Amino acid sequence: MRLDRLPISVLRTRYVPGGWDVLAFVLVFALFIYAAEAAHGLSGSLERLRATPISLAPSALIGYAARTALRMLIAMVASLLFTFTYATLAAKSRRAEVILVPLLDFLQSVPILSFSITILFFLRLTPGRVAGAEMAAIFLIFTSQAWNMAFSFYHSLRSIPDELVEVARNFQLGPWMRFWRLEVPFAMPALIWNMMMSMSGGWFFVVAAEAITVGHTTVTLPGVGSYIALAIEQKNLHAIGWAIAAMFVVILLFDQLLFRPLTASADWFRLDQEAGLTPNRAWALTMMRRSRLLSLVVRAFAAMLRGGNKRRPALAAPTTPAAPRWDARWVDFAWYGALLLIGLVALWRITRFVLGEVQPAEIGHVIVLGFITLLRVAVLIALASVIWVPIGVWVGLRPRAASIVQPIAQFLAAFPANLLFPIVVSGVVLLKLTPDIWLSPLMILGTQWYIFFNVIVGASAIAPDLRYAGENLGVHGWLWWRRIALPAVFPFYVTGAITASGGSWNASIVAEVVSWGKETLTAHGLGAFIAESTSAGDFQRTVLGTVILSLFVVTLNRVFWRPLYARAERKFRIS
Amino acid sequence: MNAVAPALNLAPLLDVQGVCKSFRKPDGDELVVLENVNLTLRPGEIIGLLGRSGSGKSTLLRSIAGLEAPSGGMVNYLGHTVSGPASGIAMVFQSFALFPWLTVLENVQLGLEALGVPELEMRKRSLQAIDLIGLDGFESAYPRELSGGMRQRVGFARALVVHPNLLLMDEPFSALDVLTAETLRNDFLDLWGEGQLPIKAVLLVTHNIEEAVQMCDRLLIFSSNPGRVVSEIAVDLPQPRHAQDPRFRALIERVYVEMTAKPRGEPRSGPKAERFAGTGIGTTLIHVSSNVLQGLMEAVNEPPYNGKADLPVIAEEQHLEVDELFPAAEALQMLRFAEVEGGDIKLTQAGLEFARSETDERKKLFARHLITYVPLAAHIRRVLDERASHTAPKSRFFDELEDYMAEESAEQTLRTIISWGRYAEAFAYDDNRQAFSLENPA
Repeated sequence: MRLDRLPISVLRTRYVPGGWDVLAFVLVFALFIYAAEAAHGLSGSLERLRATPISLAPSALIGYAARTALRMLIAMVASLLFTFTYATLAAKSRRAEVILVPLLDFLQSVPILSFSITILFFLRLTPGRVAGAEMAAIFLIFTSQAWNMAFSFYHSLRSIPDELVEVARNFQLGPWMRFWRLEVPFAMPALIWNMMMSMSGGWFFVVAAEAITVGHTTVTLPGVGSYIALAIEQKNLHAIGWAIAAMFVVILLFDQLLFRPLTASADWFRLDQEAGLTPNRAWALTMMRRSRLLSLVVRAFAAMLRGGNKRRPALAAPTTPAAPRWDARWVDFAWYGALLLIGLVALWRITRFVLGEVQPAEIGHVIVLGFITLLRVAVLIALASVIWVPIGVWVGLRPRAASIVQPIAQFLAAFPANLLFPIVVSGVVLLKLTPDIWLSPLMILGTQWYIFFNVIVGASAIAPDLRYAGENLGVHGWLWWRRIALPAVFPFYVTGAITASGGSWNASIVAEVVSWGKETLTAHGLGAFIAESTSAGDFQRTVLGTVILSLFVVTLNRVFWRPLYARAERKFRIS
Repeated sequence: MNAVAPALNLAPLLDVQGVCKSFRKPDGDELVVLENVNLTLRPGEIIGLLGRSGSGKSTLLRSIAGLEAPSGGMVNYLGHTVSGPASGIAMVFQSFALFPWLTVLENVQLGLEALGVPELEMRKRSLQAIDLIGLDGFESAYPRELSGGMRQRVGFARALVVHPNLLLMDEPFSALDVLTAETLRNDFLDLWGEGQLPIKAVLLVTHNIEEAVQMCDRLLIFSSNPGRVVSEIAVDLPQPRHAQDPRFRALIERVYVEMTAKPRGEPRSGPKAERFAGTGIGTTLIHVSSNVLQGLMEAVNEPPYNGKADLPVIAEEQHLEVDELFPAAEALQMLRFAEVEGGDIKLTQAGLEFARSETDERKKLFARHLITYVPLAAHIRRVLDERASHTAPKSRFFDELEDYMAEESAEQTLRTIISWGRYAEAFAYDDNRQAFSLENPA
């Protein structure tokens, strides 16, 4: 009987370090030291922080990058905790579901900058300390990561196959064990994918999160984001080059150390067991698998999973669950009534808050701004589609090209495109171009890749037989595109376009107002409106802009993307 | 023979009394899927629940497992009412239902982990179960690395390792190919016969008649709509049983006869269809491709049958599973192309004519019978004829059907009528617009 390939090895409890252990050891301890170093600043006072200005020296970037990365990680952990609790509650409680899911939908559409209203709250929490500012920054990053992760987890929990649920019930798995043995593993592939998306979203906004001005309060935390902000202020293209290089390295490290292993292990959790996908290879995963040190950690974790299960006699009488007393009709009425009441009060408060400052005519103006941004997003998505769909199909049909291009596209999607803003902006300033047109491409700089790599995936998924049939019948040229290529990639394209559109709306806030040194370029639009009212500390207008933007995004999702997605799913599915 | 001889004087392991299951439809009416089922299972017995899909046999199994609560009646296990998943009742699933992220060993251990069995004992028992079921050497494999047969072995090991009194099997062999299923069945029967399995009794749900006769000591035959036990057959052949044995063949023949018996004259409770006598559109239509219908009529028409065939024989010859054969035979009966009774299928005059015609004539004949004998087809055709636009949305008929049946049945019924209507060119259907129309693409 061979047991040596078991993840939790029994036969090798004796600890003999091996080559992979050394590497794992070094990496783990480097991580500890670096975390300790980065955490050191937390206890310091804000005064000292202000006294030590950001340095533009390239060598300072190492420390800055480390601190930024740590913030990202902490925010990611917080997002995971949020995901596991919020989404689980939404999926398991019918009453909670009715409010939690729509709430998530709106939260997802709220631009992160609008959350910066909360920064004052965090600063007051720990007066004069850096910790409050750090918490605020981490919270802002969190708001750019958590929502889609939670939604993906909720969706997975709702789509666990019936038989697996029945197995869990038949063998009487406790809730704790069921969560870790069934629900989390099942949700894993989608969750990992969303974590990656969240991470790149986080990188995008880290620049905004580290250097924030709300009215008279400005907080500048040491990190890559503040470094870039300073470099822009001083028009230092060299420093920006260095920052891009540093970010490149950090993202590469994240990719290699965190996401490659995660995606590779996600294959383990896939349900379609005949998957013809070639298994992902990731050296970091190999290291973790082979390292006995880390397998001890895994063992401890597995023991923890079992901890929730007390010994029960195997042949006990059938268990009788307690009668669900909370199922009563009146509880429903009370609950929905309370929700309605809270909703009405909130609506009243918001209306009063906004209307206390803003004239109704201005609301109309803001809606017009919304349509301007909508026009921009629509044109950009159309342009990106025209460019990337043909290229994506071309690449996807060539496995060799796809294997080279796909990781690059994925990397580019993770790369914070706003690092490239200064280069574009300096060009716009120098050539005296119209901001209303030339700032627009910035919105889609980072999000166009979602269209590109989804189309690649779609094209490479076209069944060879379909392609051969096409060739055999002599279908080529425009007919080939119309009848074979475009329909085949359509569902994938729609998924990519939805992501790209959502991202572009969010990006409008950083893309419609940009500065280069003393020069500030502003394009007309809802994003610029929100950005300007935030930095002016005008809460009423920030709230107004945010509400309008959320309404735009959610309405667009409901009336345009959702039917399109449903249609793509229905019409182009072969089964 | 079984290690534990069926002893009628032993206290029953399982006692099911008057179990009913109904669902509440959106309009508040009840839809009965299971009606007044009684069943007693004694130690040493294997009982087979035999019926077509939709006869509620899986629902009954899930009620016994405590996974679904019956709407009426009682499930008693060892004298206690089952009101939730009970220790001592383990289940094997049609789709294997293995956790793809756990190895064979981890999958098998799952039930013991849930019981909180100490690690060493857990490992020992799991390895024993793995050995017993013939998975030795595959402990560290992941389900995706295994063939279907090996996966189902894991399913068996996982159920056996908790030493259940009662093993529930939900069509455990139907997702496997014929040869693999045969091997696994025989292995199981050998272990059972040798008394090596840590179980006391088995309840098997199947739609494979041969399998039922081979494995079970008693068969309960279910009718559909609503599901209820129409007859019980004792199988008193000694194990191992051989399919060529004349007594075995005779039993199979008997099961076919029971399954094709006309419903007795008792009033059918529940279905609303009776209240709207004459409309009859509330009949659930099981989807059978017109290809299968044509093929069956041709086969019965040809020698040596010449218009009349024995169902078990034709099933074997045409490689038709019971789940395909019965709906096909019933569809032909509904369309008045054939008569089914006493385990035989006999083509009517129209059926013979159909089998001897060319494509165009066949379509015309089929269209005539479809409109005349299938009330839903007639109804759709009438609505289309009456409307000036000659189109009608699918939802219109869907809503009507939902008054009589569950959502999935309505969906399936419409799918069937669309497919038959298309074949007969009686009406057209546009999936993009989700609408019926009279115009066929020229």
